[in-house]
Amino acid sequence: MIEVRNISKSFADNKVLNNVSTTFEQGQTSLIIGRSGSGKTVLIKCIVGLHNVDEGEVIFDNRVFTDMAFREKKEIRKEIGMLFQGGALFDSMTTEENVVFPLNMFTDMSYEEKLERVNFCLKRVNMENANDLYPSELSGGMKKRVAIARAIALNPKYLFCDEPNSGLDPMTAIVIDNLIKEITDEYNITTIVNTHDMNSVMRISDKIIFIHEGNKWWEGTKDEILHTDNKEINDFVFSLEFIRKLKKEQE
Amino acid sequence: MRFFFHLGRYFILIYKSFSKPEKVKIYFRQIINEIDFIGIESLGIIAIISVFMGAVVVIHTAFSLESPWLPLYYISYAARKSVILEFSSTVISLILAGKVGSRIASEIGTMRVTEQIDAMEIMGVNSAAYLIFPKIVAAVFIFPFLMILSMFIAIFGGYAAGVYGELLTATDFFAGLRLDFDTFEVTYSTIKMAFYGFVITSIPAYHGYYAYGGALDVGRASTRAVVYTSIAILIINYVVTQILLT
Repeated sequence: MIEVRNISKSFADNKVLNNVSTTFEQGQTSLIIGRSGSGKTVLIKCIVGLHNVDEGEVIFDNRVFTDMAFREKKEIRKEIGMLFQGGALFDSMTTEENVVFPLNMFTDMSYEEKLERVNFCLKRVNMENANDLYPSELSGGMKKRVAIARAIALNPKYLFCDEPNSGLDPMTAIVIDNLIKEITDEYNITTIVNTHDMNSVMRISDKIIFIHEGNKWWEGTKDEILHTDNKEINDFVFSLEFIRKLKKEQE
Repeated sequence: MRFFFHLGRYFILIYKSFSKPEKVKIYFRQIINEIDFIGIESLGIIAIISVFMGAVVVIHTAFSLESPWLPLYYISYAARKSVILEFSSTVISLILAGKVGSRIASEIGTMRVTEQIDAMEIMGVNSAAYLIFPKIVAAVFIFPFLMILSMFIAIFGGYAAGVYGELLTATDFFAGLRLDFDTFEVTYSTIKMAFYGFVITSIPAYHGYYAYGGALDVGRASTRAVVYTSIAILIINYVVTQILLT
């Protein structure tokens, strides 16, 4: 479980996050949603420690991450997998080298064991024949799948996904969403997805956190979000025709 | 104030780059790769520049020493001094600042803006150490060898221009090369080259590591890296020369 307690973050005079508190349960897929520029990405980067928070605490299973020294943080980070918006695969490495990278850095596995693990991870994301391809030879969806394979290579306890569906066609987006959900359930990990894709929200979310102007505006489930009276959430959620239809059907 | 901000951040990055590596074996492999990228891949440009510069130095010297009272072997003597003391270290380093420096800044800068460095940090990898330390070690190690090679090639270029251009005889050329030769001159240039290797990798790495934005910003970081590295080379040249030769 990850707890976020009263975190605030400013860049110069611009307050991007204001006193945000929430929890992310193990085995659940929690989605952070909000409009562009609302502070979603900053929140996720504060949780994983890419940004230092100005105030507040981030706690990973009773371990206060924000108070830790650099070396202690490194130990927690070995338990984190992250899928970036563009995949963030290393350009100079093949698919296989990308996935084996964390294994090389942090395990003493033999070459055969590492190769077995790499092939398992690639097969898990349906990329079993792409070992020798470079990121420049992969499509957007394939890059995301390889990035997921790399993220799960070390059996993470926490998985973070920053806008996993951006730039993907609807079919590929469904594949990526399903993959994230399946991996969360299969390995019982704490997954946090940052998105503004309502299709993902309705498909894979166990919990939704709505961020508006740097504040946690609302949290609940996908059923609850359809029936809330909050204007900002309704403006965001019901901007899509299919959600409006879904609500009408439910009513 | 901005200068001190960047200077402080540069030294913090260097300190971070030299912290304990996660896996020594992987870093060793990275150093070997960087020796190839930084050193071996620069051989061609160094050879071309050295051969022509050596030839031009001999022709210039012959033109300047055109006096019946001066022995001809002074041409190759003066050319040797220029090549060993200044040309094969400082001039070659300025060229390498452009070639290697811009490559390092744009490589690391692109990794920064495409979140590859963030991906490393999230995994728990010390990205500064992984990306910068092998480059610095490789350059400090390989640059003196490049300099020695440049010296030989430049002298060969000078020989070709001088002897085949009938400016002096082969006997005069070799007599000038051997005249009053002091190995400390090579040591002095080697020391300079090690310093140059450090700044040619670390300054562009700094500019790349803290790049932000998009392609345009990476290009700007790359340009800044080459400019500041060239200035650093000239300052180091003066300081080391002042300390070692006076």
